[in-house]
Amino acid sequence: MSHHDHDHHDEERGVSRRKVLECMTWAGTGVLWTISGGVPRSLGLVDAANAAEAAALTFLQISDSHIGFDKPANPNAAGTLEEAIAKINAIPKKPSFMIHTGDITHLSKAAEFDNAEKIISQAKLDVHYVPGEHDFLDEEVKFYKDRYGKGTKGPGYYSFDAGGVHFVGLVNVVDLKAGGLGNLGAEQLEWLEGDLKGRSKSTPIVVFAHIPLWTVYPQWGWGTEDGARALDYLKGFGSVTVLNGHIHQVMQKVEGNVTFHTARSTAFPQPAPGTAPSPGPMKVEDAKLRSVLGIASVNFKRGDQRLAIIDTPLAG
Amino acid sequence: MTFAALRSLGLAVAATILLGTVSARAEEHKVTIDNFTFAPAQLTVKIGDTVTWTNHDDIPHTVVSAGKYRSKTMDTDGTFSFTFTSAGDYKYFCSLHPHMTGMIKVEAQTTGMIQPDQGTNKVE
Repeated sequence: MSHHDHDHHDEERGVSRRKVLECMTWAGTGVLWTISGGVPRSLGLVDAANAAEAAALTFLQISDSHIGFDKPANPNAAGTLEEAIAKINAIPKKPSFMIHTGDITHLSKAAEFDNAEKIISQAKLDVHYVPGEHDFLDEEVKFYKDRYGKGTKGPGYYSFDAGGVHFVGLVNVVDLKAGGLGNLGAEQLEWLEGDLKGRSKSTPIVVFAHIPLWTVYPQWGWGTEDGARALDYLKGFGSVTVLNGHIHQVMQKVEGNVTFHTARSTAFPQPAPGTAPSPGPMKVEDAKLRSVLGIASVNFKRGDQRLAIIDTPLAG
Repeated sequence: MTFAALRSLGLAVAATILLGTVSARAEEHKVTIDNFTFAPAQLTVKIGDTVTWTNHDDIPHTVVSAGKYRSKTMDTDGTFSFTFTSAGDYKYFCSLHPHMTGMIKVEAQTTGMIQPDQGTNKVE
């Protein structure tokens, strides 16, 4: 059954797509975004651990730590990042590694990068980073590259293989054009084409970048101008998973062989598209903050077409 | 009074008038950033005028006019000022959130108060 069928099905049952999207966005508990079944099921951390048990490869995604942010939406972004790392350390089966989908810091200050490193390193996992626009704000645009740019190309894109999966980290936060969205640029697209060429179509591909590669809400700049070109190169691969951050909320879309997913921030939530005058930091009740911050774990089982993505809030 | 002295006085007067004219006319303008929006989105100023942008958001922004001017990152309550010295349409945007755009239209000073034929600022 295709995923279009599922959407159709849901509508027949009176659950509009929008409603489902809202549930996906604001579910207060960990959610497993299924794989071949297509229907989202809520899972707790224990289930997440069980799922990890059977998986060939488990890795984590954290995003948008915004170290240095101290505004009302969360006066202590370092504190909630620490909580996220504690959550990761509590997972019974140690994940293989972690990816960070950008906005490590809020203002690209050296001290912010240092503080982020100090906290994230407590997970004792390899971390594969891609930059967010907040990581390129220092005058010489060198702090990110000095720390995380080794072995990468251009502003910091690269690929690697792990557990039979091919991972591609892309940068879509530089050379943004007036009136436009995120941007990969011709050079990076050319590199991507070459990187994927000749690879077996049965190789599962995970692409991660800061700004969503799919168009979530262009009025707020939530999308990537030339993202469709990148996706063209991914056509024909049996399993493609696109992991992003930037929008500080969970969203998922499945299109054919491609699963798009955005992770929560560990720092502050942002409003659902169009529900506020701007995408700026959203102040929620203190008691609710940790239910809208969190991490994601991704399980890959050999033979499964789709990777299982489990979003876990810091609390709630 | 000698002719030379008169002439110097004339020069001084002329200089005073010219300087006075320019400084009286250079105006300060404000553009604010609230909710990821420049307000006013379009502003018309005269050559010599200064525009100051102020960021009221909890997220940093920049003001970039390709090839013309580029602010540093403005954090909350951060400001950036630019004095326009030539006429034209200066489209600008936030390089972090490129959907934020604005324009400063810079017009030439009108010549109404400077009238060479009346001799007030004629220098020989």
